[in-house]
Amino acid sequence: MNALLAFSRLVDALNQFVGKAVTWLTLVVVLVSAGNAIVRKVFHTSSNAWLELQWYLFGAIFLLAAGYTLLKNEHVRVDIVAQKLSQRTQIWIEILGIVLFLMPACVLIMWLSWPVFVDSFVTDEQSSNPGGLVRWPVKLLIPVGFFLLVLAGLSHLIKCVAFLMGKGPDPRERDRGKTAEEELAEEIAREAQAREAAAHGSTQGGR
Amino acid sequence: MIDFLIANLAPIMFANLVVFLLLGFPVAFALAANGMLYALIGIELGLLTPVLFQALPQRVFGIIANDSLLAVPFFTLMGLVLERSGMAEDLLETIGQLFGSLRGGLAIAVVFVGAMLAATTGVVSASVISMGLISLPIMLRYGYDRRLASGVIAASGTLSQIIPPSLVLIILADQLGRSIGDMYRGAMLPGFLLAGAYIVYVVLASLFRPASAPALPEEARRFQEPNGTRGGRSLLVLMLISAGIAALVGDYLEHGTAPVDERIVLTMLIWGVSAFVIALANKLLRLGWLSALAERVTFVMIPPLFLIFLVLGTIFIGVATPTEGGAMGAVGAIAMALVRKRLSLNLLKQAMDTTTKLSCFVVFILIGSTVFGLTFRAVSGDLWVEHLLTSVPGGQWGFLIVVSVLTFVLAFFLDFFELAFIIVPLLGPVAEKMGIDLIWFGVLLAVNMQTSFMHPPFGFALFYLRSVAPKEDYLDKVTGKRIAKVTTGQIYWGSIPFIVIQLLMVAIVMLVPGLVMHYKGDQVVVDPGSVKIEVDSTYGESYGGGGVYGEEPAQGQGQGQGQESKDPNADFK
Repeated sequence: MNALLAFSRLVDALNQFVGKAVTWLTLVVVLVSAGNAIVRKVFHTSSNAWLELQWYLFGAIFLLAAGYTLLKNEHVRVDIVAQKLSQRTQIWIEILGIVLFLMPACVLIMWLSWPVFVDSFVTDEQSSNPGGLVRWPVKLLIPVGFFLLVLAGLSHLIKCVAFLMGKGPDPRERDRGKTAEEELAEEIAREAQAREAAAHGSTQGGR
Repeated sequence: MIDFLIANLAPIMFANLVVFLLLGFPVAFALAANGMLYALIGIELGLLTPVLFQALPQRVFGIIANDSLLAVPFFTLMGLVLERSGMAEDLLETIGQLFGSLRGGLAIAVVFVGAMLAATTGVVSASVISMGLISLPIMLRYGYDRRLASGVIAASGTLSQIIPPSLVLIILADQLGRSIGDMYRGAMLPGFLLAGAYIVYVVLASLFRPASAPALPEEARRFQEPNGTRGGRSLLVLMLISAGIAALVGDYLEHGTAPVDERIVLTMLIWGVSAFVIALANKLLRLGWLSALAERVTFVMIPPLFLIFLVLGTIFIGVATPTEGGAMGAVGAIAMALVRKRLSLNLLKQAMDTTTKLSCFVVFILIGSTVFGLTFRAVSGDLWVEHLLTSVPGGQWGFLIVVSVLTFVLAFFLDFFELAFIIVPLLGPVAEKMGIDLIWFGVLLAVNMQTSFMHPPFGFALFYLRSVAPKEDYLDKVTGKRIAKVTTGQIYWGSIPFIVIQLLMVAIVMLVPGLVMHYKGDQVVVDPGSVKIEVDSTYGESYGGGGVYGEEPAQGQGQGQGQESKDPNADFK
């Protein structure tokens, strides 16, 4: 079990690293896309390579971050019924879910998408748009993304089993901390207080 | 037994999906697993062949190459940066002062700011949290009815779901195979009518029960001119002068031939700019023409108006595609936050992190529903749904009413991403066959889904409001009076009148399709050969025509079948 937990930590570290790196791509793709619009308007020209880069990056964002998103427990659930079950039952559902839902689907897509990449790589497939980008990198993203997701699933599975054996915390609670909304609320509350104080001071002073 | 299974595989599959979803495992994988399970059953029963699975990588590739979904991270990032920029707080404070001296004025300001924030970008949680923390305490302090105060905040927060640019509209447009630009044009009027309806309700409430929405007392009004007035007249004059300038300059620039959209956008822009220039001159040269109120209102209104122009303006006048409009908006929001010194590296990282995770889970629901849809159509599920819905009495009307009721009920359990990806692809083709305009249909669904944010007890807007509304009695710092907590019951009851308004709006949009359908008229005026037509026809060709559903129903956007020649980008060359 300890070896498995070590493996799980390794996988988590990998997904954490990849996920954090990928977040920067959101900024890059924003700049690329805004740049495309401006260049087209101002210089009346556009490049298919840059237009295609937009969706290459988009693919990279959601595929490479898939494992990271699972690690952070951010894939949406319908939990109205499930949250009424006991914690152990929920973890059992989690285990069955990974084994029966997540793994088959993700392994299948990973498996099927690999030959598609190889085919594209071997034939050096090019974009059908003039001046477009070579296709294999974006096709490689699919198997790689699903591989990271499968790894994250395995890691999650290990942590769920460890929890049931009493060897670890509830993996879904992991890294919860404050939600983004809670942090936002705190910040706005501070801001509101500062403004209140300022406003109060000015009405007092103005009189 | 086997015969029964074969004949009813689609309904059984759908019922099973509901069970899978309710287990509480992430929706994306439950959908995909359901699709795979029934594909295997279908193969076992001899209904399907394993070749079916071969389509999967191509489908995933089609999702990557989908330019319109790229707008999701853009608008999300824009919203996340904006919510920390202090713009909402400035607006709430100043507009609150502007309308505060009227009865019901604070509530009207909330609706106004809600609509304004909604038009810059839409994050329900951020709007509700800002308004709940800034406006709610003031309304409580001066004795607003708690239900009215909390209801108006929750409802105004949800406006960002219907007023463009909103994520709901992007995803609906994508799933219905229509252009985002058209969806935005179509949703504009219903969105602002809805905001208008909220204001009418507030005004009526303050007329019939004056105690429920009192005006700000003298001592709480902050803008006082030396002559004792509040400077409202000065603001009005400023607005009229700049509107005059806008009309004149706009006319001069456009020669009356430009499309309506473009004229409105340009006129609004010039209007804002001239007001800003006058106010700036007044401030810098100390001319003293304007009241403090007029100056302040102009300055707080400029950033949101600028962002609205950057996003919707560039989309409507055809400079940018909706996706690029989102990117421009995100750049604008980051620039604005930098200018206001609100953007730290940490904040930017957080915003990017949340954006990444949100985009990822949204796209994965789509991947899951694609796997589901692949099998569901292979077992003739689409025919089953069509048969089910066309057998409803009343034809088109019966269909629309049933769909509205269905969405309303399902919205209690599913959030809009799930609704949009699971239900909409099933309904779209049926609506299309009945001759229903899909933009109109989409806006109808959007208004309906917006309601789901304020349904007690699960509505997100209510949930966020609960998290920031006072849970204990407290001493008000300004008046020193004891203010009672806001109970959950008050928040729930407060939302009811607004849900009723919402349902009325659904009925109005249904009865007056013209509210949405003007999007078609707007385009006919376009001068052929302009950039605008390029943008529009790009979507028109690859998305429109209606043949998309007939040929390949599982793929609303008509991509992913390996025909990269249809890549919308190609047309930009």
